[in-house]
Amino acid sequence: MADTLYLLVLFPFIGFLVNGLGGRWLSGKQSGLVASLAVAGSFLIGAQLFLGLLARPEDNRRLVQTLFTWLPVGELNIHVTYVFDPLAAIMVLVITGVGLLIHIYSIGYMRDDPGIRRYFAYLNLFTFMMLNLVLSDSLVLLFMGWEGVGLCSYLLIGFWFSDAAKARAGMKAFVVNRIGDAGFLIAMIMIFDRFGTLSMADISWLAPGAGIDTTFITTVTLLMFVGAVGKSAQVPLYVWLPDAMAGPTPVSALIHAATMVTAGVYLVARNSALFALAPITMGIIAAIGTITALLAAIIAITQTDIKKVLAYSTISQLGYMFIALGVGAFSAAIFHLMTHAFFKALLFLGAGSVIHGMGDEQDLRKMGRLRQLMPTTFMTMTIGALAIAGLPGLAGFFSKDEILWSAFNSSGGISWIWLVGLATAGLTAFYMARMLFLTFFGERRWAEGVKPHESPSVMTVPLIILAFLSIVGGYAGVPEALGGHNALHHFLAPLMATFQASGEASQAANHPLELLLMLLSTGVVLVAAYYAYRFFVQQPGLPETAAGKFPQLYRLSNRRFYVDEIYALLIIRPFRALADLLWKWIDVRIIDNLVNLAGRTTERLGGALRLMQSGLIQHYASLLLLGVVFILLAVAMG
Amino acid sequence: MLLDHLLSLTIFVPLAGTGLLLFIDGGRKALLRGIALGTSLITLGLSYLLFLGFRPNAEFQFVEEAPWIPGYGISYLVGLDGISLLLIILTTFLVPLAILSSYKAITEKVKGFMAALLVMETGILGVFAALDLFLFYIFWEAMLIPMVFLIGIWGGERRLYASIKFLLFTMLGSLLMLVAIIALYNQGYAELGRFTTSYLDLRQISLSPATQTWMFLAFGLSFAIKIPMFPLHTWLPDAHVEAPTAGSVLLAGVLLKLGGFGFLRYCLPLFPLAVERFAPLMVALAAIAIIYGALLAFAQTDMKKLVAYSSVSHMGYVVLGIFALTLQSVTGGLLQMINHGLTTGALFLLVGMLYERTHTREIAHYGGVAQLLPKFSAIFLITVLASIGLPGLNGFVSEFLIILGSYPTQPVGAIVAALGVILSAVYLLWLVQRVFYGMPSKQLKAIAEKEGKMPSDLSRREWAVLLPIVAMMIWIGVYPRPLVSRIEPSVQALVSEYRAATEVAAEDFAETLGNNGEN
Repeated sequence: MADTLYLLVLFPFIGFLVNGLGGRWLSGKQSGLVASLAVAGSFLIGAQLFLGLLARPEDNRRLVQTLFTWLPVGELNIHVTYVFDPLAAIMVLVITGVGLLIHIYSIGYMRDDPGIRRYFAYLNLFTFMMLNLVLSDSLVLLFMGWEGVGLCSYLLIGFWFSDAAKARAGMKAFVVNRIGDAGFLIAMIMIFDRFGTLSMADISWLAPGAGIDTTFITTVTLLMFVGAVGKSAQVPLYVWLPDAMAGPTPVSALIHAATMVTAGVYLVARNSALFALAPITMGIIAAIGTITALLAAIIAITQTDIKKVLAYSTISQLGYMFIALGVGAFSAAIFHLMTHAFFKALLFLGAGSVIHGMGDEQDLRKMGRLRQLMPTTFMTMTIGALAIAGLPGLAGFFSKDEILWSAFNSSGGISWIWLVGLATAGLTAFYMARMLFLTFFGERRWAEGVKPHESPSVMTVPLIILAFLSIVGGYAGVPEALGGHNALHHFLAPLMATFQASGEASQAANHPLELLLMLLSTGVVLVAAYYAYRFFVQQPGLPETAAGKFPQLYRLSNRRFYVDEIYALLIIRPFRALADLLWKWIDVRIIDNLVNLAGRTTERLGGALRLMQSGLIQHYASLLLLGVVFILLAVAMG
Repeated sequence: MLLDHLLSLTIFVPLAGTGLLLFIDGGRKALLRGIALGTSLITLGLSYLLFLGFRPNAEFQFVEEAPWIPGYGISYLVGLDGISLLLIILTTFLVPLAILSSYKAITEKVKGFMAALLVMETGILGVFAALDLFLFYIFWEAMLIPMVFLIGIWGGERRLYASIKFLLFTMLGSLLMLVAIIALYNQGYAELGRFTTSYLDLRQISLSPATQTWMFLAFGLSFAIKIPMFPLHTWLPDAHVEAPTAGSVLLAGVLLKLGGFGFLRYCLPLFPLAVERFAPLMVALAAIAIIYGALLAFAQTDMKKLVAYSSVSHMGYVVLGIFALTLQSVTGGLLQMINHGLTTGALFLLVGMLYERTHTREIAHYGGVAQLLPKFSAIFLITVLASIGLPGLNGFVSEFLIILGSYPTQPVGAIVAALGVILSAVYLLWLVQRVFYGMPSKQLKAIAEKEGKMPSDLSRREWAVLLPIVAMMIWIGVYPRPLVSRIEPSVQALVSEYRAATEVAAEDFAETLGNNGEN
């Protein structure tokens, strides 16, 4: 069965080649069909492999296929080896399943774009790279997928490159990610230096018994985490993700919400054996996750661009996943990764449907009262918003609850991580309700000439399927406190290391307390949603009054805490100045002037050098001859 | 029979082609170009036979020896090992592309131009293949003359300044190297009892640490200038900006590699103790070059200068790999030379093609080229991605090997090199941003108006120039094994010999100390 693993990556690659090289012979629709079929093929193989995995005993759920040896130099041996285990299975199903829906949706969304073939070529290339990322056993090939998805992200953010600002957003994403990648790269070489292998299976097996010193493991895991911070848009490297919204909206759904940005979460979970040995790193991960979750949620509240709201929401939700990782609840992070992929893809595609129906309008202030005009979009987006807000019974409720409960447990009670997590849940409910109300309720605020309309079924059907998944997706992990048995957790458990200060360890105990906390968070969510209702439906004047009361606070949030401006001032401008200084002063004035000085001294002899065009070859040849004679003379005398 | 002289054939076919050119009337440009291209393609074919016939072990292969000046122990001695094989293929691969790229750009003195390129090819191939120091020196000097001409005659506005600068820099290195060769020759006589300039013989002699030091410096200066290492690099931007495209391609693609090759072929085996002594300094200079070159590339306003400074940065990786002295790092360094030759060669070709259309290299004059020339832009982007070390393309393989291999012996250098990866993305993607994205600039529109049409996308000839390089970039990125397996045995031998030599010295030293203690 393992020998079909390569098909998973082969299909999208073929799709990429067909669209990339033969696109001119395809119509836009055919191009989309080819791309979708490629992903569908991978999805079917993935589903078949997944069922095969389930049929196996728990301790033998691992399919391996080695294709060839990529780079053997001495003791370094890097094989192209794919591993399909429970973690890979979930990732593959999310990537190809949600990916397929987004591919289909794109056929409608990108219908009139002249670059549609290029678009689908990039999308297939992305799927190929993303699958390599989650299937590779070697850290190096994971890195190849890692940088490969970064490339696709760059290409797709700047898809409409004639708009220089959009292209620049792509460049920003690539460069900021590269900062993280450098950390990842250094972590890799340190790991190889210590363990003599880059196979993650080997490393996970070797690490616990290796008697590693704290400095080493902390450094390595922190560096790896730096990579995750870049890719998964955490503080302080999150700044590229909001700008990434310049890309087509389905891209935002696929790459910048459901799949690529979760690669950092995957990386930490996949190497849980290393991270579990590094309590200092784990603490930092939890802290960064907490700060990010809160900060991004605060910013999301005042954004007026519907995609920016969703972008900051994504950053915030990724923060939740890192909280889970940081407290050792690795499978809870993956659970939230999965449910988030459903509802965030849904919300982005829904937003895309609104933008599409409004004639490319993204400003929430120019929407309103769209619910009758776009009923399917409205219904499905509402489900998505309820799911992310954590309404009991929907997907987000179960996964978010598991994270909060783990955070609570890890410190054995109320901690700032848990409190912030709870507050963020409230903020999430607030900004999601705000977005929904501003889009679909209240006064109509759109300009004359705009004719909002529902999207075609090629776009709405994926919305409906995702809405369905946003409802049922959570039932993969119903906690025992609610009478479930957390199937996903047990499915992943054999792969996940146990962290000493884990929030999971004592999880089985205290069901009443867990239920109480669930009630508490549900209460917070409902209150927040109610306030959003008062602010944005009942009394539409209230937000301005509130903003007027706390002008600084409002400005800070609205202007995103001025982080981009601070980076420009502290990093980009000094960098440019330094480069200029080195060039004009060190290189030209000092080094080159010294050279010229030496040159000028010889230039007096250099009248002869003017013979350049006519007689230099003789000149030089005679010099050469002179050298030869010199050798011979020296030899004769020596 | 011919196969016994395959290596010599490869070296001298270009020279024979030059001989043929001399008989052709200078006005028959198409014929001259055709002969030059045909000659270089035959050379490529011959070198491919070398590649196929090469057995992956550390021995010198295709060795040919003939007495030349027997009285002085000088012979014609050539051979190939894993260090030189790929560099020879790189040379024979790039020369036809350089020739093909100059079909439109060079319309004056075509005969001289093609002759210069072919003579230079023979010279370069000779340097890589020579196993006799005298022969090596002759080739080394011989290949420089045509390069000076390429810049000085077919170059841009400041070609005289640039070519003289190039000449002076190079001569300074050569003269010192000459002195060191003579000294080595004498030392060989003292120890072996006969005169010989054979590299294989001179490898056997042992030199005192002091001798090694100054000889390393004398050889090393020449090589450091070629690479070029910081702070000896300032000839490079000028030479590149003034050189015609074909000259830039061979300069960046092959000539710079002679420096790295020289270190590997001569300094490491002949002066291991000096190498050990100077390795920290060389690594430090390499690390500086990586960052400094990248920062300067970032500051440039001229496209060609930007690519030139990026070479300083990329060749810094080569030096780091060589002087970190592990199997992986040296293998990476060698492979990085090949990769840099391909990607930077391609970048110069691309910049040249753009220049032919717009007659400006000023980055600020550009914008929106992706809209006008989509195919050209796609190839440019792939090349840029290879250059910034995107996994899956060639640059990553070598940079990764260098960084990974350097860490055990030179951790700081390795970390600086890893950070350099960020900077290469910055300056190259920013170049792409300014030249290719956005709407077509005013300047481009003005040029189009003057010409009566917008610039056209890649021609068939240009595809023929670029596609082979792109294919190589992808092949090396996806399946580097055939190259690495040919390099590895020689590098392994080189590194083991170096270790053995330095360890013996360390033991001797310890013994001396011990004896002193007893006394």
